[in-house]
Amino acid sequence: MLPRDQLSDALKLEGRPSLVAFFTAGYPDRDTFLDVLKEVCSAADAVEIGVPFTDPMADGVTVQRSSQVALENGVSLGWIFDQLAGRDFELPAPVLLMSYLNPLYAFGFEDLAERALETGVSGFIVPDLPYEESGPLKQALDAKGLALVQLVTPATPKERLAKLCSVSEGFVYAVTRTGITGSSEGLPNDVSDYLAAVKSASSLPVCAGFGVREQEQVRRIAEHADGVIVGSALLEALEAGRSPREFLESLRP
Amino acid sequence: MTNEDHEALFESLLNGSLPDDEGRFGPFGGRYVPETLMPAIDRLTAGVHRYLPDAQFQQELQSELKSWVGRPTALTHAPRLSDRWGAEVWFKREDLAHTGAHKINNTIGQALLAKALGAQRIVAETGAGQHGVASAAACARVGLPCTVYMGEIDVARQAPNVDRMHRLGAEVVPVTSGDRTLRSAIDEAIRDWVSDPKGNYYLLGSAIGPHPYPYLVRELQAVIGREARTQLLERTGLPDAAFACVGGGSNAIGLFHGFLADRSTALFGVEAGGRGVELGQNSATLASGRPGVLHGTHTMLLYDDDGQIQETHSVSAGLDYPGVGPEHALLQLVGRVEYVTASDDEALAALDECCSLEGILPALESAHALAGAKQWAAANRGKRILVGMSGRGDKDMPILADYPVNRSKGSVDAAA
Repeated sequence: MLPRDQLSDALKLEGRPSLVAFFTAGYPDRDTFLDVLKEVCSAADAVEIGVPFTDPMADGVTVQRSSQVALENGVSLGWIFDQLAGRDFELPAPVLLMSYLNPLYAFGFEDLAERALETGVSGFIVPDLPYEESGPLKQALDAKGLALVQLVTPATPKERLAKLCSVSEGFVYAVTRTGITGSSEGLPNDVSDYLAAVKSASSLPVCAGFGVREQEQVRRIAEHADGVIVGSALLEALEAGRSPREFLESLRP
Repeated sequence: MTNEDHEALFESLLNGSLPDDEGRFGPFGGRYVPETLMPAIDRLTAGVHRYLPDAQFQQELQSELKSWVGRPTALTHAPRLSDRWGAEVWFKREDLAHTGAHKINNTIGQALLAKALGAQRIVAETGAGQHGVASAAACARVGLPCTVYMGEIDVARQAPNVDRMHRLGAEVVPVTSGDRTLRSAIDEAIRDWVSDPKGNYYLLGSAIGPHPYPYLVRELQAVIGREARTQLLERTGLPDAAFACVGGGSNAIGLFHGFLADRSTALFGVEAGGRGVELGQNSATLASGRPGVLHGTHTMLLYDDDGQIQETHSVSAGLDYPGVGPEHALLQLVGRVEYVTASDDEALAALDECCSLEGILPALESAHALAGAKQWAAANRGKRILVGMSGRGDKDMPILADYPVNRSKGSVDAAA
């Protein structure tokens, strides 16, 4: 089975919402990266590993802070691949890389796809790469069966929503509000209508996130979507020294 | 790409078919923005195509350029500098435009566009504060609230411009993330824009960013080159060479566009060579960068082997940026414009020379264009040279305090 199909299967569960967890590689500590990964992987249904970047323009303060610290810790895309290659455990959940485009571009798309496949990465989420610009990366990832996940937002017009849902791979990332990651404002009132629209446009699992912090929000999203994405709140739990497994399990309804 | 490919690309640029529908200048440009912004980018693109050619919009813009900005700006002959350099030197005086730099050509145009598009609020970024001041002034003029993001390092070193923005009614938000200069200010302005892509209008200050900004800013700045060409033909003739400083490159693209088809005029963009050629010591993106993606566009950038954007240095805050407009990247690729560097010291010396010989205090940015022109004049005697005087240097007085005039060495040279 292709990595992108394994990803889809892992996120479409019977009877309960799937949980996608994001954390920045090498944050808060570089040395504990694989330990954190192992634990997050055991508690989540899929994991997004954040590749730090100097200019994370779609991210709020929490991801910005984690990105900056990770860079100071010497984390790079090449380092992440080396760590993944050197792990001594199986990944119980599919792993994606979430990265702004320039680190991927600098690595080279062909090499990127090759190295991702070798190290057990299933796909990519690239927040500054709209579908129109994604051709060269998508081609390289397609050749290895890797997913390029498309994002949709409440501002996405209907026709564009249908288009993005049809070309996404792995799952559809439904951003629950306009703005940046890590909002503390909770879910917008009309989130149900929006998620229902995304769900009806997509044959892939729909996972929703941006500002998810509480079990109640997970419950509301799960009424319409297949899964929930948690990022900034997990980083804050890591910062506070909480066990990532415990935190993620506390979110499950 | 072959020479024929380059020539074909340049022809496409000359006949107006670049940027194409995807916002590309050949291999450069595009729209690398978060999905949340795509509908806003589409609306803006449609608005640009609707209003820029519109007779009523143009009438309003031309009226503002004439009676509020003070256009056309002067073309000034520089006789004493000409003698010194062994050349015929002319300045295009954007320093005489309202608020003291070319930035106002862009901000009044975009503020009028924002108004026409029904925006509720303007968001802008600024480095040295010139674009921030020009944005604040234009927003006051058209009656829209304005928020300016400015790195906290720049807030500290450009305090007079912060006060000017406040006086003009803008809110100035110091940016404490990232490198705390222009690059982080753009990141933060984009984050604000994303929060309400319908109500906010992002007034980008240079010929950078996602399509349609590089096109829109170039169209609004092209008045510089159009005027300069007409004025030169009236008074002397086409120049052998034209020089403009390049940070993001808005004044340069505006000046160059008037002369692109005049192949007898050599065009030079002068980047900030800073303190030296090592990564981090300069802002010479085209001279030493490589292709990459930042702030919504595929262009030449300064980044390390891991793809991380590099911090830059220039004595001139307006040139202190690790990217450059995608159209400049194309003009370099096809060989129509040559991009050179001037160091901090060369720019400072050129600034002093211009002050003492012509009675004009140029901005530190513009002083880079002067320094580039001076180098070229030394190797090419007796040529006619146009220098884009993009702004005035009053704003740089706090920085210049660290570089006292060296009278004994003759920048104020009684023997000259």
